[in-house]
Amino acid sequence: MTANGCKTESRLERVLREGHFAVTAEVGPPKSASSKGITRHAAAIKEVADAINLTDNQTAIVRLCSLAAAVHVLQAGGEPVMQVTCRDRNRIAIQSDLLGAYSLGVRNVLCLSGDHISFGNHPQARTVYDLDSVQLVKLVHDMREHRRFQNGEEIKVAPPRFFIGAAENPFADPVEFRALRLAKKVKAGADFIQTQAVFDVDRFARFMQVVRDMGLDQQVFILAGIVPTRSAKALERTATVPGMVVPQELIDRMKGAADQEKEGVAIAVELISRLREIPGVRGVHIMAIAWEEIVPEIVKQAGLLPRPRVELATPA
Amino acid sequence: MVDDGAGALTAERPGGDVAEREARFEPKIVAFCCYYCAYSAADLAGSMRLQYPPNVRLIEVPCSGRVDPALLLRALEEGADGVYVAGCMEGDCHFQQGNFRAKRRVGAVKRLLAQIGWEPERVEMYNVPASDGARFAQVAREFTERIRQLGPNPARGRKVRS
Amino acid sequence: MIIAEQKPIPEIAAQVRQCRRVLVLGCGGCVTVCQAGGEKEAEILASALRLMGVREGWDTQFDAAAITRQCDPEYLEGIARKVAEYDCILSLGCGVGVNFLAERFRRTWVVPGLNTKGAGATLEAGVWEERCLACGDCILHLTGGICPITRCSKSLLNGPCGGSQGGKCEISPEVACGWQLIYDRLKELDRLDLLLEIREPKDWSRTHDGGLRRVVKEEARL
Repeated sequence: MTANGCKTESRLERVLREGHFAVTAEVGPPKSASSKGITRHAAAIKEVADAINLTDNQTAIVRLCSLAAAVHVLQAGGEPVMQVTCRDRNRIAIQSDLLGAYSLGVRNVLCLSGDHISFGNHPQARTVYDLDSVQLVKLVHDMREHRRFQNGEEIKVAPPRFFIGAAENPFADPVEFRALRLAKKVKAGADFIQTQAVFDVDRFARFMQVVRDMGLDQQVFILAGIVPTRSAKALERTATVPGMVVPQELIDRMKGAADQEKEGVAIAVELISRLREIPGVRGVHIMAIAWEEIVPEIVKQAGLLPRPRVELATPA
Repeated sequence: MVDDGAGALTAERPGGDVAEREARFEPKIVAFCCYYCAYSAADLAGSMRLQYPPNVRLIEVPCSGRVDPALLLRALEEGADGVYVAGCMEGDCHFQQGNFRAKRRVGAVKRLLAQIGWEPERVEMYNVPASDGARFAQVAREFTERIRQLGPNPARGRKVRS
Repeated sequence: MIIAEQKPIPEIAAQVRQCRRVLVLGCGGCVTVCQAGGEKEAEILASALRLMGVREGWDTQFDAAAITRQCDPEYLEGIARKVAEYDCILSLGCGVGVNFLAERFRRTWVVPGLNTKGAGATLEAGVWEERCLACGDCILHLTGGICPITRCSKSLLNGPCGGSQGGKCEISPEVACGWQLIYDRLKELDRLDLLLEIREPKDWSRTHDGGLRRVVKEEARL
């Protein structure tokens, strides 16, 4: 552990441990071998977010890998969170990627199960799922805290020491189990959580009550997810995605708005301010996939600028 | 029945034109009829002196549910131009579900025939109440006509099974 | 039982139409139960192929037969003499049967008439569903008897992913969420504590990933 209580060199960890309300944002890598888009988004977002998530072949569609995307973000001066799913890689490839990512400067990972292969554009590919997300969290944790590979073998030199994230969907079923699953991830070693998109704040608040009753908010940094919506149609589509709960009043609001994009931003900003009020919520995670350019506007209107400047602490 | 020498069986109709007879294909139809309903209706049609085509050979079965795809296909292999199964009205099967099984099996055979390049219309499922001799005769007439339009079974006269 | 489904007839036909004499061989085991390749199905398929041959002008002879099982050498010996009369066996056994026939009848072309779909059970007449992926390391005592490898689309071991909604898996409303099933069962049996334990990564070397599996019971050897 470093002198300031940080377990890693992650800037995101530093922001959270210093007590700031964190802002993270997501960038979806392209279906091409060009880094231009990532670099452009990173340049715009790095000033308004404490860290930038790079998705890992989201919805099982082949995209530029999150490892390379994370490095492009580093080169643009941003702080990446490399997302890792269990769908496409076995434990050998994952550990190998973790070593590689860390060697290139990546300091945050988000551990996910991953959307099922059938959603994507290569549904006939072999599904891996050698590990699940809980096992992945533990794997990354053990590399850091115990200097061990998954097989127990010691990492003799330069073990990767990531700030470890996991996801949780408070709106998925079985509802009564969600907080318990979160507890499992915390027990496995998760440092921070980014939740699935919240549209129903009251329901999320009830979830957070259970989380607080279990003392989990003291053990892990929870960032609530936001997906800004640019049209009523988009919001209606979102409502049909498994695991998403969208109150009808939001859909009606979008439908009745003269400028739907503007209304979408307003809704996102309102959601952020309501989420900030919930004890235990330590930040917000903005997932504006395919609308990354709107992130600075949202963060600004939500009154979350300027972002705190943190110095990279030297390891103790 | 008279074999006209070209593989088609024609009914000898007194006073009919020979050329016309020779030009007309006379289908060979096999009908599996259940004892409780369809075969009774056939008997009734007979005693009511209702005419139905002699092309139809009846095979009595205890229940239409006795008929399975292998039998229907075998009939076609043996040279039948068309095969149908006649059972009780739905809900009235003496053995409860027999006619539903028959219906599903006839459906499966139709799909199979389509896969192998044969006309699914060569097999059919009918429901005929025991008391309806007229319906029995009507079914026999309709199906015979349908098969007449379709033409002869290409397996006619050939040894298909070894 | 092993569950399987007959291949579409045109696909089967393409495999056999070049042969002169084809033995359509059914199996009295699992495929009879799931009505894919039993004696009856062999008869029907042979009939269908004959009728198809009439239309297509094939010169191929199709005969149907069935043996008790295609996965035991004794039953294969029983038809050895008959097989000698054919140049092709269209096996309606599961993949095991096809393999075994090919190993035994080296000069006969053996082709599959079925697609084997796993180890499953009968849900109702006419409906069979997979229940076991033969992972070689059964942990069903930890999940109330419901298999997370098979019933969870992602084979997760530590509970449902975020895509579980209304008891259904994210991939389709027709697919139950395996972990919801496990949760419900453990709740009924008051053993939810089992779900709080962290399950370690699975030893996949006990599946086929570790190589072709063989089971030996020494005291059963002659």
